[in-house]
Amino acid sequence: MYSSTLARLFAAVGVLALAAGTGPAEAQTIRAVMHSDLKILDPIWTTAYIVRNHGYMIYDTLLSMDGKFIVQPQMAEKWEVSADKLTYTFTLREGLLWHDGKPVTSEDVIASIKRWGAKDSMGQKLLSFTREMKAVNDRTFELILKEPYGLVLESLGKPSSNVPFIMPKRVAETPASEQISDFIGSGPFVFKRDEWKPGDKTVYVKFDKYKPRSEPASGLAGGKKVNVERVEWLAIPDHQTAVNALLAGEIDFIEAPPHDLLPVLKGDDSIKLVDWNPLGNQYMFRFNWLHKPFDNQKIRQAVAVAFSQEPFVKAVIGDPAYYKVCKAMFVCGTPLASEHGMERYLNGNIEEAKKLLKESGYDGTPVVLMHSTDLNVLTNLAPVAADMMRRMGLNVDMQSMDWQTLVARRAKKDPPSQGGWNAFLTSWVSADIMNPIAAAGFATNCDKAWFGWPCDEKMEQLRDQYARETDPAKQKQLAAEIQARAMEIGTHINVGQWYQAAAMRKGVIDNMLVAPAPVFWNMTKKG
Amino acid sequence: MLVFIARRLVATIPVLGMVAVLVFLILRLSPTDPAAIIAGDYATTAQVEEIREKLGLKRPIVEQFVVWTGRVLQGDFGESFFFKKRVAELILQRVEPTLALAVSTILLSVLVAVPLGLLAAWRHESWLDRVVMGFSVLGFSVPVFVIGYVLIYVFAIKLGMLPVQGYRSLWSGFGPFAERLVLPSLTLSVIYIALIARITRASVLEVMGEDYIRTAHAKGVAESVVMVRHALRNAAVPIVTVVGIGIALLIGGVVVTESVFNIPGIGRLTVDAVLARDYPTIQAVILLFSVVYVLINLLIDLSYALLDPRIRY
Repeated sequence: MYSSTLARLFAAVGVLALAAGTGPAEAQTIRAVMHSDLKILDPIWTTAYIVRNHGYMIYDTLLSMDGKFIVQPQMAEKWEVSADKLTYTFTLREGLLWHDGKPVTSEDVIASIKRWGAKDSMGQKLLSFTREMKAVNDRTFELILKEPYGLVLESLGKPSSNVPFIMPKRVAETPASEQISDFIGSGPFVFKRDEWKPGDKTVYVKFDKYKPRSEPASGLAGGKKVNVERVEWLAIPDHQTAVNALLAGEIDFIEAPPHDLLPVLKGDDSIKLVDWNPLGNQYMFRFNWLHKPFDNQKIRQAVAVAFSQEPFVKAVIGDPAYYKVCKAMFVCGTPLASEHGMERYLNGNIEEAKKLLKESGYDGTPVVLMHSTDLNVLTNLAPVAADMMRRMGLNVDMQSMDWQTLVARRAKKDPPSQGGWNAFLTSWVSADIMNPIAAAGFATNCDKAWFGWPCDEKMEQLRDQYARETDPAKQKQLAAEIQARAMEIGTHINVGQWYQAAAMRKGVIDNMLVAPAPVFWNMTKKG
Repeated sequence: MLVFIARRLVATIPVLGMVAVLVFLILRLSPTDPAAIIAGDYATTAQVEEIREKLGLKRPIVEQFVVWTGRVLQGDFGESFFFKKRVAELILQRVEPTLALAVSTILLSVLVAVPLGLLAAWRHESWLDRVVMGFSVLGFSVPVFVIGYVLIYVFAIKLGMLPVQGYRSLWSGFGPFAERLVLPSLTLSVIYIALIARITRASVLEVMGEDYIRTAHAKGVAESVVMVRHALRNAAVPIVTVVGIGIALLIGGVVVTESVFNIPGIGRLTVDAVLARDYPTIQAVILLFSVVYVLINLLIDLSYALLDPRIRY
């Protein structure tokens, strides 16, 4: 009797659940679980990818990169370049509006580029070549250079963090060192600030007055046509719970289900996996040049000789469908990809590495290798690196910590014995490292360089030449030289390329765009 | 009584002061940096430094502490480093789910555990006693997340009767609110049922040998009246203590259950804040926990006087 009463109770609650879970609005709402919760709302203030993704929802960009990595006009109707290659004239499309109904003007765009340029490395480079930006009228502005610069369009069409999102002038005038507090954009979705509950959900609704381009969507370019009324990003920190919710039809989409749960999802007929970012991600082993033993170029070379990519990606990703062994530092499948200068490295040649180590005069100084333990896609990298380095004869002190501690510690320049470090591993979204100016790992301007602080004048000259070069063929040749130089001096090592599929309800969610960032325009929901 | 309450409330001030100093110091001395986290994984050293300056983290620790304490004394817990929201607002958003989960769990636990413990004491050393105590041991031993996942698998995935996750406010309707609380409350109550049933059994057994119970039996009072009115009431003090501490623990946030069932409560806020090293939020939440603990302990003490007339303050 007890069991039948319990069964009736659950059945009654189940009916309530069904009654509460359906309705016309449901069909127009995509419920998505992103790779992280949205905590910060300023995509210029932080490089975090979840904030970049938020930026793509509510802001638009002047230019955008299409599916073939070609920069296309987005808010711009067109651009013209003067014969001396010093003046770029951009004209905005007609009818562009902010979410509060006011028109987008050239002044807004100029202010936004200036704020982005104060923060982003490609933006800083662009502004260092810029003499001035001036509005010709409400829809036209000029960007005037001091000397020809080869990356004007690539910079303004930069697809990943920090993306030059266009904000209203009053917002863009916020110093880049402060967070914005007004979230009016001109993008295809409107941010519902009143419904934003950090740690719970973030809500966007369709911007009815958005005017998509007429071209079909391609990558991050083309028409941003919104096919649903509402998108909700739900914060579900437990991966298993998110997968269960997808299987039960409570959510529609998971941006980054962990690789060990993919077999569960693959085995379910109601779920499909979509590789929305075919460029994937690249693992990086980073040296700290400031301290022994990696202040020695020969030891850095020896590590690159000892490493091979397969053990890294196999240990973390496992399924070969989601990783690729590829030495190109500017990412396989992109215009600058090449294996120039890589012949000697990443072949797992432990014997040659031992020989180099002996020649280097290595004195047994421990290598403090920081091991991040709480992110699935990074956890197993450091133990593999430690094993390879030990086999070549380095004395490795692998220290485990959570990722946030690692992020804080890597900023320290102190010696490893006083809380500093010698090496760590991380992962980059490929879209961020497709050229030597955007890819922070190649900067060798000493104190100003990315963590690890490599210092090499020749490399900086090569990067400068690349930035000035406007001929794509010559740019490719310079990129290959930069790659060879990076390996010779040992800035960092590419230890493998990997891919992340998104999971979604089959027959319900369709038309997700293949792009460097997950975007919700073009996406459709049935039922 | 009023003097007792006033004295207890005044005694909380040094407790809260010590908690505040300890939390502040532990956070500042930990080898982490909120500025590096805020800047994002791919920020440069200069970007991190700029944010550290902006957050006031470059000031001496003593100065930071004085500024923070001054604000807290005025009721201002500051702004979250991350969310661009007042900390008080963040906490208020999270209170309802946690309270709802705590109340439903404690109600369910008390309604099930007290009768079970009473039955086990009444039929001491019988099969019923062994079953109840066996369940109690099991309830203690199985991790909460295992119970949670098993319940989700059976009732949400296989039978499709209840939602897998999430929380709906009571204001959005009782049905959606209740259906999302069933599985997390069941999951959490297992351990509390085990604990309260065990304590109830032990306390009731202790009073069963007392003279007044024998007298009640000799007078021919019905067994149920003896058990409930005489035995249970006199055994209530330790049971109320355990229930009270249980409420305090639940309000403090049940991290695993809130994560497994995706309930945006205080526990999740605490974990998120700790992972992000969001100092203002962590400090405020821990101070809040301290106040809750002190107040609940005070209420427990006051309830003793109601349950046992011999106790006077």
